[in-house]
Amino acid sequence: MTWIPEDSWIVLTGALCAMACALPGCFLVLRKMSMMGDAISHAVLPGLATAFLVTGSRASLTMFLGAAVVGVLTAVFTQWITRLGNVDQGAAMGIVFTTLFALGLVLIRSAADKVDLDPSCVLYGAIELTPLDTVTLFGYLVPRATLVSGIVFLLNLGIIVALFKEFRLSAFDSGLADTLGFSSHFLHYLLMVMVAVTTVAAFEAVGSVIVIAMLIVPAATALLLTHRLGLVLLLACLFGASSAFLGHLGAITVPTWFGFQDTNTSGMMATAAGFLFLIVWIVAPRTGLVAQFFHKRTDLPDLPSQGKKARPTASR
Amino acid sequence: MNLSDLWEILSLQNYNTRVVVLSTTILGIATGLVGSFLLLRKRSLMGDALSHATLPGIAIAFGLMTSWGFDGKSLPVLLAGASISGVLGVLLMLAIRHTTRLRDDVAMGLVLSVFFGLGIALLTMVQEIPGVSAAGLESFIYGKPASIILSDFILIAVVSVAICLTTILLFKEFTLLCFDDGFAASQGWPALWLDIALLGLVTAVTVIGLQSVGLILIIAFLITPPTTARFWTNNLSHMAILSGVFGALSGWLGATVSALYQDLPAGALIVLVAAALFIASMLFAPARGVVPRSLRQRRLRHKVARQHVLRAAYEILETQCDHEHHESPGAHLVDNKPFRSETLLAKRTWSRRSLHKTLRAEQKLEHLTLRPDGTVLLSEAGFGEAARVTRNHRLWEAYLITHADIAPSHVDRDADMVEHVLEPELVLELERVLREREAWIAMPPSPHTIPNH
Repeated sequence: MTWIPEDSWIVLTGALCAMACALPGCFLVLRKMSMMGDAISHAVLPGLATAFLVTGSRASLTMFLGAAVVGVLTAVFTQWITRLGNVDQGAAMGIVFTTLFALGLVLIRSAADKVDLDPSCVLYGAIELTPLDTVTLFGYLVPRATLVSGIVFLLNLGIIVALFKEFRLSAFDSGLADTLGFSSHFLHYLLMVMVAVTTVAAFEAVGSVIVIAMLIVPAATALLLTHRLGLVLLLACLFGASSAFLGHLGAITVPTWFGFQDTNTSGMMATAAGFLFLIVWIVAPRTGLVAQFFHKRTDLPDLPSQGKKARPTASR
Repeated sequence: MNLSDLWEILSLQNYNTRVVVLSTTILGIATGLVGSFLLLRKRSLMGDALSHATLPGIAIAFGLMTSWGFDGKSLPVLLAGASISGVLGVLLMLAIRHTTRLRDDVAMGLVLSVFFGLGIALLTMVQEIPGVSAAGLESFIYGKPASIILSDFILIAVVSVAICLTTILLFKEFTLLCFDDGFAASQGWPALWLDIALLGLVTAVTVIGLQSVGLILIIAFLITPPTTARFWTNNLSHMAILSGVFGALSGWLGATVSALYQDLPAGALIVLVAAALFIASMLFAPARGVVPRSLRQRRLRHKVARQHVLRAAYEILETQCDHEHHESPGAHLVDNKPFRSETLLAKRTWSRRSLHKTLRAEQKLEHLTLRPDGTVLLSEAGFGEAARVTRNHRLWEAYLITHADIAPSHVDRDADMVEHVLEPELVLELERVLREREAWIAMPPSPHTIPNH
């Protein structure tokens, strides 16, 4: 294995992306909307296709706008069907995103002659090609994907730091948030916009496999370890960044053990995130499988009082 | 394309089309049936997680078979691999749910993304195997019904029929599981095993659907037809049958359209047909559709408003009589006399406009006449109806006071909600219950003072 500067750029891009996803992801997990990331990342396809068909170019900005609009529409449509049709939220989400994805596939295929837009590129991403597409920033050559991921990360970080109190309140008790005058409705759609923008920016850079994984897995891993929201956000970023590093390392080393050259980095980053979750699931103090085994299950994890001090848990 | 082409495809004369259309139709029936239970168990997205979780199995099965020198693309082998990793995914989901604090949705998202990522990584690897083309494997992601051949059709048909039969055999048990799993467990049913059996059926149906609609869109086949059927009925067995019908319809129409327009992706077309059925049903299905339901609600609102006007009118007449006779309320018959429509306005919080709208509606029903001098006179029918409505209100109030221990000063609002839906049998029952308690009078007096304006 040889580590070249390009590898560092790939890891940096992946890590920034992972952290950008992990931040809104924590709130998705807490608000029981983990599948929203999956839904939005599939549903943006018609947005991309329409933006391309209308403008005829692959200019990032129009594609970005098209996808972000459809991403938010996914959340809106899901809400409508849930409320108007009295349908289970999961089912509504499933119907909306599969329909939009199918629409996107048809749009792309019907314009196949002039479109150089491959659905699989959207799904897997091409993070390996990151270092090839560079822009100049303050006199340095920086990969464009790294720049985009960095901007989205800072944007998400800024929003969450600025509205931390409001987000925390509406995540745990949206009714209380409403009575105190923070519109949990507004925060819900703000979160959806964040997820949509992050998803679009990230899959343009690195593919949506990473997005879906990084929205949920680091947040879930962090929630196994602590209940404090601030710490959960920090740990989720940490896990996200480490899975990016481990994933790329795995992508260029693991296949050689079996006689292959290398493999898809995005896929391996998602796998690495799952691997970290597995480890924490097994060895986490107090709530891990090992700890549960030795406590002879007297201290079940979903009881509100764990350890020495009773503390309000994440679940209501 | 001319008409004879169209007829050839619609009537299934073309051999290839026949195989493809029949496969997707049968698949639609099976997914529709199984999906109904998945929907009622609120696990719709479980199918999504499961279908993504099959990808590593497909890649590994392909890799192993090719490296051992067999044909890696034989469908049964790939589907066996898909089932194994799908089942593994489901078991992991259940394990995460039972041993951690994380909820269902997190477990699904986790398994989905990690397995899919692993699948992509493995697929990229096996594509490097020299001298072997893994190109067909991608069709499992987006689906490619046109690649279905006769042996695949037989596999799909046999598995689908087995799935349908199992579902029908376990219909009662699954129903119990969906509506009250705690009760099922307490009655001695093996709830966990039933749950696993249901998920096993979902796995089977997902795996055989991979080839035709692909692993991203198979979830639509599992969710959309049952949700569509749910708008048409409140009866589970009707819903399951309808759901199978909608699934078959989407499969048939989608595959037919894709046979007409060869370059459009068939999996996507099937999903779009299902979605069109869903939208039409959500809007117009008589049982739970949005439009019929809002019409019904509107009709009820109008009926309630009219009854409120009538009761207010009756209470005004009652007060007038009390004033004339200087007696205790309710002790005499009420005379039907004209009264000023202004007095109605003070009886309730309603706007002048909505009150007049309701009054005009009542006039059209010949319950009352609006006279030019600003007074209102109830007709004979209207007076009878007003007396009936008031009587229902008072009966219900009396019932609440004697049997539900509600204070007389609070009972008016509670009775207000219920009085409009009292069935004649219920009124008889109320009369019976109340007669046992006290001396019966035709019109019970109001238990609270009626505000006099």
